[in-house]
Amino acid sequence: MAAKKPTKKTNASAEELKAYYKDMLLIRRFEEKAGQLYGMGLIGGFCHLYIGQEAVVVGLEATAKEGDSRITTYRDHGHMLACGMNPDGVMAELTGREGGYSRGKGGSMHMFSKEKRFYGGHGIVGANVPLGAGVAFADKYKGNDNVTFTYFGDGAANQGQVYETFNMAALWKLPVIFVIENNQYAMGTSQQRSTSSAEIWERGKAFGIPGEAVDGMDVLAVKDAGERAVKHARSGEGPYILEIKTYRYRGHSMSDPAKYRTREEVQKMRDERDPIEQVRNILLENKYATEDDLKAIDKEIKQVVNDSAEFAKNSPEPAPEELWTDIYATEVPQEA
Amino acid sequence: MATEILMPALSPTMEEGTLAKWLVKEGDTVSSGDIMCEIETDKATMEFEAVDEGVIGKILIEEGTEGVKVNTAIAVLLEEGEDASAAENVSSQAPAEAPSDAPAAARESKPAEAKAPPAPETDMTPDWPEGTKLKKQTVREALRDAMAEEMRRDENVFLMGEEVAEYQGAYKISQGLLDEFGAKRIIDTPITEHGFAGIGVGAAFGGLRPIVEFMTWNFAMQAIDHILNSAAKTLYMSGGQMGAPMVFRGPNGAAARVGAQHSQDYAAWYMQIPGLKVVMPYSASDAKGLMKTAIRDPNPVVFLENEIMYGKSFDVPDVEDYTVPFGKARIWREGSDVTIVSFGIGMTYALEAAEKLAAEGIEAEVIDLRTLRPMDTASIIKSVMKTNRCVTVEEGWPQGSVGNYISSVIMQEAFDYLDAPVINCTGKDVPMPYAANLEKLALLTTDEVIAAVKKVTYK
Repeated sequence: MAAKKPTKKTNASAEELKAYYKDMLLIRRFEEKAGQLYGMGLIGGFCHLYIGQEAVVVGLEATAKEGDSRITTYRDHGHMLACGMNPDGVMAELTGREGGYSRGKGGSMHMFSKEKRFYGGHGIVGANVPLGAGVAFADKYKGNDNVTFTYFGDGAANQGQVYETFNMAALWKLPVIFVIENNQYAMGTSQQRSTSSAEIWERGKAFGIPGEAVDGMDVLAVKDAGERAVKHARSGEGPYILEIKTYRYRGHSMSDPAKYRTREEVQKMRDERDPIEQVRNILLENKYATEDDLKAIDKEIKQVVNDSAEFAKNSPEPAPEELWTDIYATEVPQEA
Repeated sequence: MATEILMPALSPTMEEGTLAKWLVKEGDTVSSGDIMCEIETDKATMEFEAVDEGVIGKILIEEGTEGVKVNTAIAVLLEEGEDASAAENVSSQAPAEAPSDAPAAARESKPAEAKAPPAPETDMTPDWPEGTKLKKQTVREALRDAMAEEMRRDENVFLMGEEVAEYQGAYKISQGLLDEFGAKRIIDTPITEHGFAGIGVGAAFGGLRPIVEFMTWNFAMQAIDHILNSAAKTLYMSGGQMGAPMVFRGPNGAAARVGAQHSQDYAAWYMQIPGLKVVMPYSASDAKGLMKTAIRDPNPVVFLENEIMYGKSFDVPDVEDYTVPFGKARIWREGSDVTIVSFGIGMTYALEAAEKLAAEGIEAEVIDLRTLRPMDTASIIKSVMKTNRCVTVEEGWPQGSVGNYISSVIMQEAFDYLDAPVINCTGKDVPMPYAANLEKLALLTTDEVIAAVKKVTYK
C-alpha cells in the first residue's frame, strides 16, 4: 500500500535515502519479529513496539556525530538499532539470554550500550529526562562539544521532573536535545484528554528553550529539524525541543487491545503517511533505486532479522551465578 | 514453504485464550500488518496481525474455540505460488514443544541454589596505629575536609545541591568550598530535588563523580526514584556496562523541634536496597574516613549524616589521607555482659548507657556499625557469642527497623548462644510531634537502653 502523497523536493542523496530506507525497514522488520516471538512466549513481560515511529530515530541519528549520546524510555528497540547496536544482542536481551546486551538481566525496557553511548532504556516514565540532561551536564563539564538526544513521549511530557529539568538545562545551557515523540497516546489516553496544551514544545518557551513541531512521518523533515537542534546545542546555546508528531501502529504494549482509537485511524495513517513508504516512493520516482534494488534490501534486512531471532532463541539463558553479579562495581567504570 | 501460524501469547501472563473470530478465510492473501483474527484473553479482545506475507492455506482452529493453548497451530500460511496441498504437509518452523520450556531444558537452571557470597571474616585492626597524631575536629569540619581532599584528588568530583555554594551550605558543611573550587564544581541548584538528583545520576553515567547534597534526607523523598531506580539498579540492568559512582548525602533523622516532616530516620529504608551502599557515621573520624571512601567508591552511596552531630568534636587522625573501609564495624568499648549494637546518633545513647551500666557492674560491649550496607554482621555475631545477649539502638521506627534485621541474623547464626531475646530500642511508633514534651517522649533515651540491657541480663 504505497503512500500516495506527492514526493517533496529533497537535497538528500540517493545513498542517504537508501540508508534511511534500510535503517527504518530494519526497525520495522525487527519489531514485527519481536511481536511474533512475544506471541510464541519467547519474549516475556512488557514489550513496547516502535512500528510507525521509525522516521524519528533514523532522522535524528543522521544528525549525530561520534561522541554524541542518546537516552530514551522503555519503547527503546528502535533507538538501539538506529545508533548501530547489534540486532542479535538486542533480540537476545528481549528473550532474556546470555547473548543480550545486559546478559539477559535488563530485558526489553532496560538495555544499554556504553560503546554506543546509549544510556538506556528506562522503565519509569519521565525519569530518563533529567538523566539525559545529566549526561549532557557531564559533556559540558568536560568541555567537549557532544550533545545528548533525550527522547520521551507525550505522556512523559506531563511529569513534573521534565520541567524541573527544562529549568536547569536552560539555566546551565546544557547541550541536550529534548525529543518529544508525540505518538498521540499516553498508553490509552489521547493527548486531548491528558494534556492542556496542543503544542507541547511551546511549554519550553516558559523556560526560554527554543523548539519546533516536526512531521515525524517524514524522515527528511525530522533530519532537517534535527540539524537545527544539533547546531543550537553543539554551539553552546543550550537545550532545544523537538516535538515530533508521530504515530504508533501497534498498541502501547503487546497486551494492549487499543480500543481507544479506531482501526480506520490506524489504517489511514499506514496508507497515507507511512514513513518507509514515503522514502520508497522518493527512491522509485527519482529513479534512485529500482524495485529490484529495494527487493534486495528487503531480503537483506529479512536475513539480518531472522538471524537475530535465531541467535536470540539459541543463546543460552544466563548462568545461575549471574544472579549475583553486577550488583556492585569493584572499580570505577571506564569512560566510553 | 508452508508455515504454521501459532496461537500467540498476548499478555505477560496469558497461557490460553479463545479464538473469537476469523477475519480471513482460506485462500485469502495476507500481508504484514493485516488483521487475521480476534483473540480473547482473560483481559481483553485482541486483534492478531499477520507478520509474514502469504496465502491462508488452511484454518486449523475454528472460530469460537475456547481454551486454545498458546503456541497451538491455528492456521497454515502458504508462500506465494504454493498450492493448497502444501498445507497438508507442513514443515513446521515452530518448535514442537512449548518454546517457553525450551530454554529451561537447554540449561539446568536452579537459581534458588545459587548462593550469595559468604559473609566476610571480622577485621579487628584499629582504624589508626597507636601513636598517630590526632586533632580535635567537629563532624562538620571532618565532612568538609573529606570532600575538599577528594576534590583536589579528582577533578571529576563535584558538589551540587541547594545552597551549597554562595550560601556556604545550609548547615555550613560546604563552607569555603566555592572559594577554593569555583562555581563549576560547587553548584547551587534550584529547589528541585527530583530533577537535580536525576541530573546527578546522569552525570555519573557520563563519567563524573557527583556528590549530591540534600538539605535534609526528608527532601530526598522527592528524589527517591532516582536513588533506587536510576542509581542503584543500572549496573545490574546494564549487565555491568555502566553504573552511578556517586554520593547522595545530607542530614538524616530528628533534629530538634522541627516536627514530623523534617524528622525521619531513613537508615532502614535505604539499607534494604541492593546496589546501594549505606553509611551512617557517628564520630568525626568516621565521617571523614567514610566520606573519602564513599567518594572513591564506584557505586552509589547513601551517606546519612545528622544535624545534631555536626557540631560534636572528636579525635581525628592528622594524617595525609585518612580513609575508613566500608563493612567494618568499630568496637568502641569491650565488655562481656551484653552487646549493644548501634550506628549514627544512636551511638550517643549506647555509649552513655554503657558508662552508667559499668558503674552498676554491667560491662557492655558497644559496636558501631558505621556502614549498614555492607553490614559487618560477623562482628556482631562474634560479640554475641561472647556476651550471649544483645540490644540494638536506633532512632528510627520499630517496624522493619535495622534492629529487626540484626535480630534475625543473630537468631539464624547464633541462636544457641542467646541467653535472652534480642531487644530493639527504637524511636516511638509515631510521627514526630512538635511540642517539646511530646518530642522528648517520642525520641529514644539512654534510660530506655539501660532498661533493655537490664532486661536481657535479668538484672
